[in-house]
Amino acid sequence: MHYSVFSIISQAFKGQKDWKPVWRYPEPKAEYDMLIIGGGGHGLATAYYLAKNHGYTNIAVIEKNYLGSGSVGRNTTIVRSNYQEPGNIPFYEHSLKLWEGLEQDLNYNAMMSQRGVLNLYHSDSQRDDYARRGNAMMMHGVRADLLNREQVREVVPFLDFDNARFPIHGGLMQWRGGTARHDAVAWGFARGADSRGVDILQNTEAKQIRVENGRVTGVETSRGFIKAKKVGIVAAGNTTRIAETAGLRLPIESYVLQAFVSEAIKPLIPCVVTFGAGHFYISQSDKGGLVFGASLDYYTSYAARGNLPGVEDTIEEAMAIMPSISRVKLLRHWGGIMDMSMDGSPIIDKTGIDGLYINCGWCYGGFKATPASGYCLAHLMATDESHPVATALKLNRFETGHVIDEAGTGAQPNLH
Amino acid sequence: MKNSNRLASGGLIDRAKPLSFQFDGKTYQGYAGDTLASALLANNVQLVARSFKYHRPRGVLTAGSEEPNALVELRTGARHEPNVRATMAELYEGLNARSQNRWPSLAFDLGAVNSLLSPFFAAGFYYKTFMWPAAFWEKVYEPLIRRAAGLGKPPLSDDPDSYEKAFAHCDLLVIGAGPAGLAAALTAARSGARVILADEGPMLGGRLLSDRRIIGNQSGLDWVKAIEAELGSFPNVRIMPRTTIFGVYDHGVYGALERVNDHVATPPAHEPRQRAYRIYAKRAVLAAGAIERPHVFGNNDRPGVMLGSAMRTYLNRYAVVPTKRVAIFTSSDEGYATAQDLINAGASVQAIIDSRKDATISAPKDVPYFKGAKILRALGNRQVQGVEIELADGSTRILDCDGVAMSNGWNPAVHLTCHQGGRPVWDDKTNAFLPGKLPAGLSVAGAAQGHFSLKDTLTDGFRLGASAVDDLGFKAHAIAAPDTDPESLAHIPLWRVKTSKGKCFVDFQHDVTDTDIELANREGFRSVEHMKRYTTLGMATDQGKTSNISGLAILGEASGRSMAEVGTTIFRPPYTPVALGALAGHHVHKGFRPTRLTPSHQWAEEQGAVFMETGLWLRAQYFPKKKNESWLDAMNREVEITRSKVGVCDVSTLGKIDLQGKDVGTFLDRVYTGTFSTLPVGKVRYGLMMREDGFVQDDGTTARLSENRWLMTTTTAGAGKVMAHLEFCHQVLWPELDIAFTSVTEQWAQYSIAGPHARDVLKKLVDPQHDMSNEAFTYMACGAITICNGIPARLFRISFSGELAYEIGVPNRYGDALIRAIMKAGEEFGITPYGLEALSTMRIEKGHVAGGELNGQTTPRDLGLIKMVSQKKDCIGKHMSERPAMLDADRPIFVGLKPKNPQAKLTGGAHFLDKGAKPSLDNDLGHMMSVAYSPMLKSWIGLGIVKRGRERIGDTIRAVDFVRGTEFEVEICDPVFFDPQGERLRG
Amino acid sequence: MRIPCPFCGPRDSQEFSFLGQTGLKRPDPNAPDAQKQFHDYVHIRDNKAGLTKELWLHANGCRSWIVVERNTLTHEITGSEFASPLTKEAAQ
Repeated sequence: MHYSVFSIISQAFKGQKDWKPVWRYPEPKAEYDMLIIGGGGHGLATAYYLAKNHGYTNIAVIEKNYLGSGSVGRNTTIVRSNYQEPGNIPFYEHSLKLWEGLEQDLNYNAMMSQRGVLNLYHSDSQRDDYARRGNAMMMHGVRADLLNREQVREVVPFLDFDNARFPIHGGLMQWRGGTARHDAVAWGFARGADSRGVDILQNTEAKQIRVENGRVTGVETSRGFIKAKKVGIVAAGNTTRIAETAGLRLPIESYVLQAFVSEAIKPLIPCVVTFGAGHFYISQSDKGGLVFGASLDYYTSYAARGNLPGVEDTIEEAMAIMPSISRVKLLRHWGGIMDMSMDGSPIIDKTGIDGLYINCGWCYGGFKATPASGYCLAHLMATDESHPVATALKLNRFETGHVIDEAGTGAQPNLH
Repeated sequence: MKNSNRLASGGLIDRAKPLSFQFDGKTYQGYAGDTLASALLANNVQLVARSFKYHRPRGVLTAGSEEPNALVELRTGARHEPNVRATMAELYEGLNARSQNRWPSLAFDLGAVNSLLSPFFAAGFYYKTFMWPAAFWEKVYEPLIRRAAGLGKPPLSDDPDSYEKAFAHCDLLVIGAGPAGLAAALTAARSGARVILADEGPMLGGRLLSDRRIIGNQSGLDWVKAIEAELGSFPNVRIMPRTTIFGVYDHGVYGALERVNDHVATPPAHEPRQRAYRIYAKRAVLAAGAIERPHVFGNNDRPGVMLGSAMRTYLNRYAVVPTKRVAIFTSSDEGYATAQDLINAGASVQAIIDSRKDATISAPKDVPYFKGAKILRALGNRQVQGVEIELADGSTRILDCDGVAMSNGWNPAVHLTCHQGGRPVWDDKTNAFLPGKLPAGLSVAGAAQGHFSLKDTLTDGFRLGASAVDDLGFKAHAIAAPDTDPESLAHIPLWRVKTSKGKCFVDFQHDVTDTDIELANREGFRSVEHMKRYTTLGMATDQGKTSNISGLAILGEASGRSMAEVGTTIFRPPYTPVALGALAGHHVHKGFRPTRLTPSHQWAEEQGAVFMETGLWLRAQYFPKKKNESWLDAMNREVEITRSKVGVCDVSTLGKIDLQGKDVGTFLDRVYTGTFSTLPVGKVRYGLMMREDGFVQDDGTTARLSENRWLMTTTTAGAGKVMAHLEFCHQVLWPELDIAFTSVTEQWAQYSIAGPHARDVLKKLVDPQHDMSNEAFTYMACGAITICNGIPARLFRISFSGELAYEIGVPNRYGDALIRAIMKAGEEFGITPYGLEALSTMRIEKGHVAGGELNGQTTPRDLGLIKMVSQKKDCIGKHMSERPAMLDADRPIFVGLKPKNPQAKLTGGAHFLDKGAKPSLDNDLGHMMSVAYSPMLKSWIGLGIVKRGRERIGDTIRAVDFVRGTEFEVEICDPVFFDPQGERLRG
Repeated sequence: MRIPCPFCGPRDSQEFSFLGQTGLKRPDPNAPDAQKQFHDYVHIRDNKAGLTKELWLHANGCRSWIVVERNTLTHEITGSEFASPLTKEAAQ
């Protein structure tokens, strides 16, 4: 059902009675051309682009819980493309470009708000690191601005410029970055995919990927076996559990990352701000809550909840840059499962098993990648060729040494 | 009209202590023991807030921390706090509160126009609109939405109050000091177990403070007093009032917030406002009680509509009659208790409207009583002015009243049981969600477990208190629950009045109505989580404490599913919102992280040094001669003097690791790229260390002090990581090696003395028996010596600056004395102290790698250090450093860069492009890692990595810095700019 | 979370740093497929959902590397011991 000024007005006068379901609850078919395991943002985007760009409609997304139940609905909603490594830049920039047209494309308002992403720096060497990153972006035509202290003060005057343990020297700004309404991204892709005929099978758990003679034949699910010629694993934190059923072992570990929201307050923070002497990032939602997070809880976990040291560290970092929020109250904190790769960068690739594809290793950064992740996996599954912006995101790069290590912390996932 | 709603007697307030306070600029009076809410109601202030979306007038719904409506801004100036629950704010003299989210005033709020537009603003409205034209979202729509959203205003200046973090340990933590909690604590306390009893309120007693009950042969209040007195007599019991257990974490760790001084205007000197605890409890009993459910009917949000239990609290605890002519809307026998309490207080009960056709309880005498009836809507705007009711026969009538008391059964406060992923389970018998899988060590007593009667809560408390400590090996004596006065709790929940007129609110704070939930279901948002996120039900500051369950029931009804089928969302920590300041504690401002000071810090301060952060350390950046000498002038001077005469620099921040044992040489061979086992005693060697993935992680020198004793240095930044890495290598990989080591970074003060006169200076300090000649103490020599008449010291002839240089180490306590002694000894040679800027310039002149190059992305080969990697042995990282990509000839490699124009100010982070090449990732040749102005070359110089750089020495390329707007032509050169033969350091 | 350090007793997890899966054997550098083995050793992990044995460093404590048996689904800890067999032996 198309959303338009007309439909909005007419429904307002009909007491909103005629809106149709945004997706169906179909019964699984016995066989699909393609199956996507994982009904999160990436999986739904993959299905959407398979249908839209490549004309595949006999496909299904299987999701063990409700659609969008994973990290797409648990993250801190930041969208940006301020990467440093050549393997990442084109991919994330492609994603940002898709974000910029997403609402019109999906006819669904995901509230993408390009309010700017500001990375603070606190030393000369960090300034040079950010200049390096900004210049790498500019090499690819992605605008970045290196702000000095006074320019930062103009944007975010409420930060602690006078008494901070790690004084603010300036910041790297990507004005095109910002935030989006996370759930709406999942819902928008789901609605778009469903309307093109994709079956979204909620509460359907993938139990076992069936492989015969080196070729994938389908997936055993909690609702029976579903045959498929091609299967994409888009299971984020649960990637290795699914991949294991096909005999794959991956350079991935799953960690807890906590996220936080404060009570709603009137507008304070105009953009996304990150703290360079820690790992903290914060923005303010349209509803008024301060949405923030910091480092991983640093131990592997599938429990999707964290512990107090992580909570306290994060909030100490919040107070380190903006002590004026001391009397604002934390409303909720929760955890998600991060598929941390060994170099901190994602993998979109074939697997060595015919017809089986993976999309994983999103670390902290999966949300901003949602459109391009789906776009590129759809391209790969449809054509068996990597999309040009995703050629570096190979599974075998750890063997060849073509690692994409933005942070330079090496094969230790909890340090990325 | 002072306290027009206050009873002449009774209540737990202190009438001897009247307090005056302000709300929206008007002065009122209350008493010690009041909350802001009870004091406002005592003054008949019914309208206290505006709702989030529609800006509807709102009053006080509850008497506890579940309050969704009565949020105010409290205190002024820097102590301003938004979104404070008036029901939890204890009154103090001079309290100043203001309503929020309204303009221009609470009574006349222009935002209420949203209410008229509500046919548009249904759930999910935002997702369907504001898309046309595309550019309007950021510019027009979003700013409007953002301004309208939010509740209170953020504070803008720093919090003048302080916060503390604290840790507490106990055998049993009892959460909630109502009857169940008191019973549990008492049993455990008598057994000798260490008990912490925490309650969010200022007084113990829970519902016993609000309802007049009999326990055994005494009043409920007397029973509480007796137990409180006994608990107070135990040394093993700690009672923590005003303390909310806000979260349950793994392994019996509980987060708690103690509001130490929120009940006074400002904290006394040296006391914190609040204290955040981690409580380590072996066992815990959750006795958090339950939260009464509102009814969902038309205009159920009008001021004057209140939970029945809250009304009883105001009557009995605060001696306040919130409204004087009350209609009771009940689906439970408890409504009759409310009616009786109102009558006892002299209020008028206008009617009891009982939704149950078959209610068997009888109404108080002379009270109009309607069975099987419902309230269709409340009349009035800023306060209830009557209700329209529907009788069992379907007829309707209007009743006069100024308040409504709702009783619709209770939701157990299961919140904390969800924090470890437990999902509450619907129970048809109690009509409630009961705790699901419990966190280890936690049991649930009383109303929180769905055991609502007083007798049952007491029984639970005594039993679970005993079993918890019995588990831990204590011997608890069973205590039998005393008899209590009879109570009647029968109820059949009424999830909503379907025939209502007007908006029926489910989530008061977020303005979510029953039709919003129906719409969500109609659009396919059938999962509870989808419905919650689509409508925002339960996502306000109260986390849906009064709304979630009704919302689920309505979703179930709309989708034809039972409560059990619908299930529930889970509650997240914190139980109630916690000030960010409390969770940060003293980690604010300069105290955010510790500051490490070097041994020469005080001396450097005396010299007027400018300091800079390097990790946690503060190090001297440069030593300006005059007050306004620029960093560049100072650096040039320090370098020139050091290179021509002599300079001294504090290098104590370098990591130092003392290694001992016969296998240290073997160990070092495995962790360093080079060979160390062959290093003679009395010598130092440069070492490069890789991670196992083949990238360089650190560098430094290691000295062999004696046959089995070695001293390693690391970079300042790498000290901690290297130590942990070496411990891993030893304890996990090669435990068989006979070695032991420990960090001695902080035990030794170390100074580098560099320059042609370095030896002359040193000779004046070193005791005469040591031969300091070039022949006796050669380049890369080391040894234990004494200085200044017998002070033990270590001397290393190593050079980072490229000059004749020594590093001299002394036990830390001599650090300050030594820098002064060096400066004195060097005076005749014109010695200068030098800071990090000069240190960095000199190392760049020498082409030494440091932080910018050791960025975790470079291999020994990248850095031109492949000859440091022994080909005769394995070491950590060797195999992985030989992966194909890392041998790729196109990989950027370490070189020097010299601008064609010497005054061109090079910048770190610039990228390289060939002349004429367009900016693109393919054309990107590499980047500038470190730059300096070289006073020796009278030119800016740089170090960086360039594709095929070694083959292109002499080529000119462009250093392009888009983000700083500069571009210079630079010549690729050897990274060693100064004294390439290294003659000076051997001199 | 509390980690039972075999030397110090139960301590808050904040005192520890986490490395990951234990039991990985550093390959023989002279093995014919050493490159492949090193790749797996450095990069490939079981990432088990359930009971794992993992390495923690009691960094702000006794600085022992310890092996902790922990369930990644529930965080429940069922045991810990020194990583170094020699320390383990000496402790017994």
